[in-house]
Amino acid sequence: MLKTNLTHVLSEKDHAELLQNNENVMICCGRMGPMCIPVYEVMEELEGEYKNIKFADMEFDSPDAKIIRNLPEAKSFQGLPFTVYYKNGKVVKATSSIQSRDQVTAILDEHFKQPVNETTQN
Amino acid sequence: MDNHFDVIVIGAGAAGLTAGIYLSRAKVKTLILNEGTVGGQMVLTHEIANYPGVENISGYELARTMKTQAQKFGCIIKSNLKITSLDLKGEIKRVVVNNKDIYTSDTIIISTGGRSRMIGAIGEENFKGKGISYCATCDGDFFQDKEIIVVGGGNSALEEAVSLTKYASKVTIIHQFDHFQALEHYVDEAKENEKISFIMESKIIEFIGDEKLDAVKIQNQSTQEITEIKIDGVFIFIGYVPNTETLQGIIELNQWKEIVVDKDMKTNLPGVFAAGDSIQKKYRQVTTAVADGTIAALSAAEYCNNLKKELSEHELVH
Repeated sequence: MLKTNLTHVLSEKDHAELLQNNENVMICCGRMGPMCIPVYEVMEELEGEYKNIKFADMEFDSPDAKIIRNLPEAKSFQGLPFTVYYKNGKVVKATSSIQSRDQVTAILDEHFKQPVNETTQN
Repeated sequence: MDNHFDVIVIGAGAAGLTAGIYLSRAKVKTLILNEGTVGGQMVLTHEIANYPGVENISGYELARTMKTQAQKFGCIIKSNLKITSLDLKGEIKRVVVNNKDIYTSDTIIISTGGRSRMIGAIGEENFKGKGISYCATCDGDFFQDKEIIVVGGGNSALEEAVSLTKYASKVTIIHQFDHFQALEHYVDEAKENEKISFIMESKIIEFIGDEKLDAVKIQNQSTQEITEIKIDGVFIFIGYVPNTETLQGIIELNQWKEIVVDKDMKTNLPGVFAAGDSIQKKYRQVTTAVADGTIAALSAAEYCNNLKKELSEHELVH
């Protein structure tokens, strides 16, 4: 299990339930590595601001993570983490490698509801 | 004023967090403002084995411990924000965040660190994570039995090239000069590895591909000849650049855009100190950043105390 404060997707069943129960979902599929940790941190901070989005992670090396690894949208990806954005169960965006807060919020604002911007405190 | 602090530290890498720990423990009201991930370059280090007193730790764990330590002493840390304005010249320093939140302080410590240098070739941004990587330990296994290029001639480039031979069938090191800057044993190890070959005095000028990287164009720096090579991946290790763009024209920088400081980490502006990878120095290690952060914190605390003394003496006279 990844050492984050995000919701952990541990199986294909978890993944299916998460998409079924939430309109807007962002899942970061990675390891506890240098390119992935900054994305988890951004997601943890955004959880308080984007209440309409469910933020989750999934361990890249778990067998069930094939549900993300094998996505057509990720077929050209060669860098961790694979980050996937779902609306009503459908992939609306997927990115590979490290992403900044600005890059993530640009995607969230484009595909999901606009939040009230506030500086977060850790 | 709630938004007024004794010290504002800009940057939460090893230097900034250390400054936060020292200052907060000394009951100096301290705020750390950080544009990226807490930990800075330290987080990008997979394993740290030469931090005295700790046998083996990931950069992430060390950063997290430093952050917790600082917070336990009362330091406020705000991260992943955008510093949109800096006024360092007056007696009261002023920092504007996200174009709306204003923070002031008597003293500032700048510890904005550095970031991986990009080649700047055509297509580089497009293929990040789709053939271009800056982290061998993260992405090496995507290139099992593939042919890759490592760009660079320093210790990191040579060391990572050797480690990537665990995965790749062939590793070509491309370096812009005719000799390496890396220590001899790194060079020897790379030269002894049968999977590694070298293209010297050359630079990548273009990344080519459709959905992912397929090829690169390389230019020889002596002959200017351009060749195209089919390749599966490129790993880039060409050093770091200081994060000082917003300080140009505000504070004294050297020719490499590093902040000029004295032995007490004082900059040319009164009440402004700097520490860590963004300052002018030879060696950039977690340990040297920690040392810089300590010195900057003690100097800033002394500056604050003197200011308070002056103020109380002034009040007594009047």
